[in-house]
Amino acid sequence: MSAAIPLLKEGQDDPALDGPPPPRRRGAMTDSRLRRVLLYAALVVAGLTFLVPVYWLFSSAVKENSDIYQYPPQWLPWPPVIENFGDAWAAAPFNHFLVNSLIVTVVGASIKLVNASLTAYAFVYLRFPAKNLVFLLMLGSLMVPGNVTLIVNYITMANLGWINTYLGLILPSAGSVFGMFLLRQYMLTLPSDITEAAAVDGAGHMRKLFQIVLPMCKPMLVTVGVIAVVDMWNDFIWPLIVTNTVEMRTLPIGLLYLRSAEGYNDWGAIMAGTVIVALPMLVLFLFTQRHIARGLTAGAVKG
Amino acid sequence: MAHQDVIAAPRPPATGAREAADRRRGRRRRDRREYALFALLIFPNAVLILTFEYWPVLYNAFLSMTSWNMISGTPQWVGFANYVDLLTSPNFHRVLLNTAVFTGAVVIGSVVLGLLLALLFNQKLHLRGVVRTAAFSPYVISGAAVATLWLFLFDPNYGLSRLLFSLVGADSPRWVTDAQWAMPALIIAYLWKGMGFVAIIYLAGLQGLPEEYDEAARIDGAGRWAIFRRITLPLLSPVTFFVMVITIIGTFQAYDLIAVMTGGGPGIATTTLSWFIYERAFKASDAGGAAAAAMILFVILLAVTALQNAYSQRKVHYQ
Repeated sequence: MSAAIPLLKEGQDDPALDGPPPPRRRGAMTDSRLRRVLLYAALVVAGLTFLVPVYWLFSSAVKENSDIYQYPPQWLPWPPVIENFGDAWAAAPFNHFLVNSLIVTVVGASIKLVNASLTAYAFVYLRFPAKNLVFLLMLGSLMVPGNVTLIVNYITMANLGWINTYLGLILPSAGSVFGMFLLRQYMLTLPSDITEAAAVDGAGHMRKLFQIVLPMCKPMLVTVGVIAVVDMWNDFIWPLIVTNTVEMRTLPIGLLYLRSAEGYNDWGAIMAGTVIVALPMLVLFLFTQRHIARGLTAGAVKG
Repeated sequence: MAHQDVIAAPRPPATGAREAADRRRGRRRRDRREYALFALLIFPNAVLILTFEYWPVLYNAFLSMTSWNMISGTPQWVGFANYVDLLTSPNFHRVLLNTAVFTGAVVIGSVVLGLLLALLFNQKLHLRGVVRTAAFSPYVISGAAVATLWLFLFDPNYGLSRLLFSLVGADSPRWVTDAQWAMPALIIAYLWKGMGFVAIIYLAGLQGLPEEYDEAARIDGAGRWAIFRRITLPLLSPVTFFVMVITIIGTFQAYDLIAVMTGGGPGIATTTLSWFIYERAFKASDAGGAAAAAMILFVILLAVTALQNAYSQRKVHYQ
């Protein structure tokens, strides 16, 4: 896990770059210069591959309609307009989509985070007969693919009468196994003298959990929280099947309502809708990228 | 309070055995309280996991042996009929083939391109941090949004695809409506979304490699390519296997791409196993057939994961 921590540190130039180069044969110098040129060319190609589509998304969302359907394409949306967003709202109830997505994400991610914290604490600081077996059983559920749970979860929700409700949208993904695992691994690395001192001072478990352990877990709580938010916000297939009226749809499903059945698409409005779906997670990612990369690759490297 | 008084009441001089018994009883009470707290803390999570992860597997296995329209009546036992129907149907063979093509192409593409990207990010280059962030950012964008964006890029009249193909004097393919091009379109969009994540995993792997091997080989006069092929690549093989497994699992969840870009079409040209499950259950109301297909997918995934475990364990011994 520690191997993943130094990722994504910006503006960190290697001192070796600026120091005097080690003595080499003359041929080797030009060889290495050519190599650097090629490497930079590759970096530019990679950068464009990822940035141009994203630029196209944002620029099309603020392009006038007449400019979108121009060929050759216009690179600069000038003057930028916001009419596409109005068109998107006129074509589908985006206020519903937005509110539903916000409720599902905030409530769902919060429950996930609480579940992850409580379970991780129990596994690290409390004794229980066959605790390891319980732990393995929980972890084992990571092997269960969503495709297998889809049908039965739908039936369960139908039986409970929770189709087309927030409960139905949130509950099936409110449990947390991956987050619990990450938090548990993190708690195991916390210095035990602090938590033991608290116990000697007579702090109960609740106090130990909320005032000592969780505050020390803040970096990992951010990681687990961000992953939960991204998962809840982006989920597609479950909201698609558990809701059946346009007012209960979430944003990713809402995008489907912007496409016309006849094949003529208002790309400006569609890109505006897509920006509404993509932008919040992009902003969240840019602010928390170190954490999120660390969390997602944690445990990945040891193999 | 009364309870306390009892304890504080004068007691006969304690013998060693009595004290030990008291201590044991006290410890047992403390144990019971700790067990109860443990159960309380994990209860909500455990109930959710049992209800929405484990129960579905069991009930799905049962459903796969029944015939039921999911709406009225009750599941009727039919034994292995659903499996036989699926495995003898040419349509289902095509679905399995589609799944293999989609998954295979995405896995190979992720490993090759992700590793190349990671090697690039591991060089000391200016702005590599910016490009790394750019490459990783599609990973956090909703698959539905990524799919919508690529649908626009692939638009043969207004998309960037037309511009790109005109550079070589060709017309843009009608990507998602042409049976030949729909699958490549899905693969490109998926790779674009997931490659940065794979690169980050590879990068972490590269940075975790011991440097001694490298140095020893260099002193022995090994070239860059030889070092990469003979040392870096073998040392990275557990990472590669992990990448393959998570990519396979990921492609099995790519509902959003398929739903937005192709809807499984044209015809069934892009219907993968997971999309087939969705359509069978929720469009055709065939719970039994869908559940059987889900079981087949589950078995494939279990086999892949078991393979990964066996492989990575062997690697540990090897090192």
